[in-house]
Amino acid sequence: MLVRIDGLHKHFGANHVLKGIDLRVKEGEVVALIGRSGSGKSTLLRSINGLETFDDGLVEVDGERLHADQTDLRALRLKVGMVFQQFNLFPHLSVGRNVMLAPRTVRQTSVAECESLARAMLAKVGLADKFDAYPDQLSGGQQQRVAIARALAMQPKVLLCDEITSALDPELVNEVLATVRQLASEGMTLIMVTHEMRFAREVSDQLVFMHQGRVHESGDPKDLFAAPQTAELAAFLGAVG
Amino acid sequence: MMEFSIWDLIRNLGVGAAWTLGLSLTAFVLGGVVGLLVLAARVGPWPRLNRLAKAYIVVFQGTPLLMQLFLVFFGIALAGVDVPAWLAAAIGLTLFTSAYLAEIWRGCVEAIPKGQWEAAASLALSWGEQLREVILPQALRIAVAPTMGFSVQVVKGTAVTSIIGFAELTKTGSILANATFQPFLVYGLVALGYFLLCFPLSRFAARLERTFHARSH
Ligand SMILES: Nc1ncnc2c1ncn2[C@@H]1O[C@H](COP(=O)(O)OP(=O)(O)OP(=O)(O)O)[C@@H](O)[C@H]1O
Ligand SMILES: [Mg+2]
Repeated sequence: MLVRIDGLHKHFGANHVLKGIDLRVKEGEVVALIGRSGSGKSTLLRSINGLETFDDGLVEVDGERLHADQTDLRALRLKVGMVFQQFNLFPHLSVGRNVMLAPRTVRQTSVAECESLARAMLAKVGLADKFDAYPDQLSGGQQQRVAIARALAMQPKVLLCDEITSALDPELVNEVLATVRQLASEGMTLIMVTHEMRFAREVSDQLVFMHQGRVHESGDPKDLFAAPQTAELAAFLGAVG
Repeated sequence: MMEFSIWDLIRNLGVGAAWTLGLSLTAFVLGGVVGLLVLAARVGPWPRLNRLAKAYIVVFQGTPLLMQLFLVFFGIALAGVDVPAWLAAAIGLTLFTSAYLAEIWRGCVEAIPKGQWEAAASLALSWGEQLREVILPQALRIAVAPTMGFSVQVVKGTAVTSIIGFAELTKTGSILANATFQPFLVYGLVALGYFLLCFPLSRFAARLERTFHARSH
């Protein structure tokens, strides 16, 4: 198992947001997290790279364990990449520098090596010619692809994606989804929160439906979409079409 | 009574102004260094240190500079160390400046969206690296104007050190006013001196701000 989550509990004050989450993700697997707003999808995802602390349980990625109230997160974060809804590119750095920053700072790779790595990653997402551009000169879709390239440059074992097309204009969604689809086909392990149901059905190997802080139902996406076992999932799929 | 020509006045006041400038620079540079440390303590992931830094800032912002100066001057003397006025002035103003700069810069750091910290963290940058590589370069841009603006306050703030006997511009002025019986002329020149020190700073601040605005990267 590449990712193992056991009995994860999380409170925000009195709000019990994650109520004992168990999740297993194999290498190369694509997991789609779906569920209503507030069901805890982002919180779960953010727990996997330590952006959110948790109260009880265990997260393990590629043998790297994370316990409740652990503060040294470097080793874990070297294995986990993340792409955000709002892109979060660094506006003061060129596209190339955005991608080079972490390899340069964290892995202390030489500038020349970082640069060729960055160029390769940008080529992968179809933006080789944007190396010297600044983020605010790019469309939302291009920015999000740079964000993907930036995460990939650290060669993570698993990539977390939190609604990465939700902030995009509709006509820009497909270019980002195409990039994700390509990653999936290359064997990248992905855990993605998405509201794109058709995309989830098409690309994911495991569908996880969260409801009120629990994994309410999970399994093969084809089966779940065709015949949801719980009334909640049926209602959710009915509501989102 | 001694006779003072206008040139004597200007020469003497010039020396005082030089001390004012020296004290301002010292306070600003040292205060900047200490202020950066206080800033780190204030916004870093260490709750105890956060509270300590916050208390430091509140104390220095909530008491008159004059009292801080008295406490440094007489406090050190109480410990049996004879501290010269210039040293007490430098220490007092440095502490004062560091607290204000830390608070100004904290505002700038907190104006950077949380997503920037999170993106940097998700790339495995340590807290210090996140601050250095991602947050400070962006915060710097919005910090320039208020920082330069505050430097004018520091220059004017040095005037209170005349009370503990440091012979900067104001103190020199009051000595000359007593000796010449021409307080209006002397203090007019003193005011002009402060203006000549502060005006270029304000202009420089305005220009820096424009440069930073024009150059969005
Ligand atoms: N920083 C926070 N402080 C307090 N409560 C929070 C915080 N972040 C999330 N919550 C709460 O935790 C619960 C789960 O939030 P989460 O963001 O994980 O939901 P989600 O499934 O990602 O929803 P959405 O589809 O809207 O993104 C919600 O009730 C939310 O209000
Ligand atoms: Mg969410």
